[in-house]
Amino acid sequence: MKPILELRDLSFEIEGRKILENISFSIDKGEFVTLTGPSGSGKSTLLKLIGHLISPSSGKIFYDGKEIFKYAPTDYRKNVSYFFQSATLFDETVYDNLAFPSKIRDKAFDKNRALKGLHTVQLPETYLNKPIRELSGGERQRIALVRNLMYAPNVLLMDEVTSSLDKENKEIILTFIKRLNQDEKLTILWITHDTQEIKESNRLILIKDGRAEDIKHD
Amino acid sequence: MTNHLEISNLSLILSTLLLVIAILVDYKEKLGLGKDIFIAGIRVVIQLFIIGYVLSFVFQINNNLVTLIMVLFIIFNASYNAHKTSEGIPNSFKISLTSIGVGTILALGILVLSGAIDWVPSQIVPITGMIASNSMTTIGITYQSLTTQFKDNRQQILEKLALGADEKQSSLTIVRQSIKTGMQPSISRSKTVGLVSLPGMMSGLMFAGIDPTEAIRYQIVVMFMLISVTAISSFIASYMTYRSFYNEEIQLMI
Repeated sequence: MKPILELRDLSFEIEGRKILENISFSIDKGEFVTLTGPSGSGKSTLLKLIGHLISPSSGKIFYDGKEIFKYAPTDYRKNVSYFFQSATLFDETVYDNLAFPSKIRDKAFDKNRALKGLHTVQLPETYLNKPIRELSGGERQRIALVRNLMYAPNVLLMDEVTSSLDKENKEIILTFIKRLNQDEKLTILWITHDTQEIKESNRLILIKDGRAEDIKHD
Repeated sequence: MTNHLEISNLSLILSTLLLVIAILVDYKEKLGLGKDIFIAGIRVVIQLFIIGYVLSFVFQINNNLVTLIMVLFIIFNASYNAHKTSEGIPNSFKISLTSIGVGTILALGILVLSGAIDWVPSQIVPITGMIASNSMTTIGITYQSLTTQFKDNRQQILEKLALGADEKQSSLTIVRQSIKTGMQPSISRSKTVGLVSLPGMMSGLMFAGIDPTEAIRYQIVVMFMLISVTAISSFIASYMTYRSFYNEEIQLMI
């Protein structure tokens, strides 16, 4: 089986400073991979590179056997969905956010899926029309996750998405993505420091001094 | 009531007293603007004397080609100034020239075709100046609004890009807001027109002895013209500019 993501000799430098050096690894479909390492090691940069939000200085990233710059950036990002550390909701209401993915696809808003999503992250249906300024940090993060999953991507990239949340919110998000990984074979690559969360993934890649090292595989 | 329209050289020199007052304020408050005020004074005198003689010449020969050159000269100058205030937006001269040019030509065209003004230099040149200068300030505000909004809403745009939106879809809210910001002054100005401010056009006509009931007709046309020009130019400038905040790979550049 060909890997869903493959990184070959990926390097990134900014203003002459090397952030990442010759990173190579590949990820198979359905894997749940944790990227870990000391802060400043370049993990976040690596995840942004894979999300095609920035471009590497050298090296290549393959998605489904094809180099990522050969896809239209918008198509690629719909398939490989990047989720920010502290996600920001935009415009006025929860609806504006959950309807955005259908708007950019020129499709009708799938209200059922939105409500189901809210239900999964344990928010009541009435939240759909709630102004975003009335939401707590944890609620925003959960809604952002529903937003990213309104159209199921093939790969989900997450950068310490639970780091600023309390135990309860952490639990809700973790359960949700674990289920997606197991039931829908969603490939997940995330950054976390949480030991509990690291245990949940089936592979651990350590990024240290800009280099990658596989340390756990099951 | 005598209405003699002439300022003698003596009156002109005495009016520099007004500048002296400004310089006194500057001196007392230690604003450090003395040199700037002095230069501004000299600049105003030289610039206006030159333009006075140039316009007097243009009006006298009343030649279509010369009038057209004058119009283009004003558009060019306005564009150049807008470009200089654009804070490094790429292609800002081209964008400014297009938005000011299209706005001015459209507005001028409608005014001439509707018969509101005649194609004579004494009408065309001042009206062009009014249109172009308003268009210039409008796109200055528009550029500023775009730049600050792209900075302030960086995270929001990144979220939209990450969800797979293209440049236009990610910028739409910002572009709309910038057009709105650019148009706002010309719309709010209409609220106080005649009540607080007597705008230049009607003031000038009234100065020249035209009956106010006639003068306001011109002012009405001018107000409409300014609202439309600010709409056109902020619209064009916003839509031509937003893409420059992204690279080829649709990644945000700031």
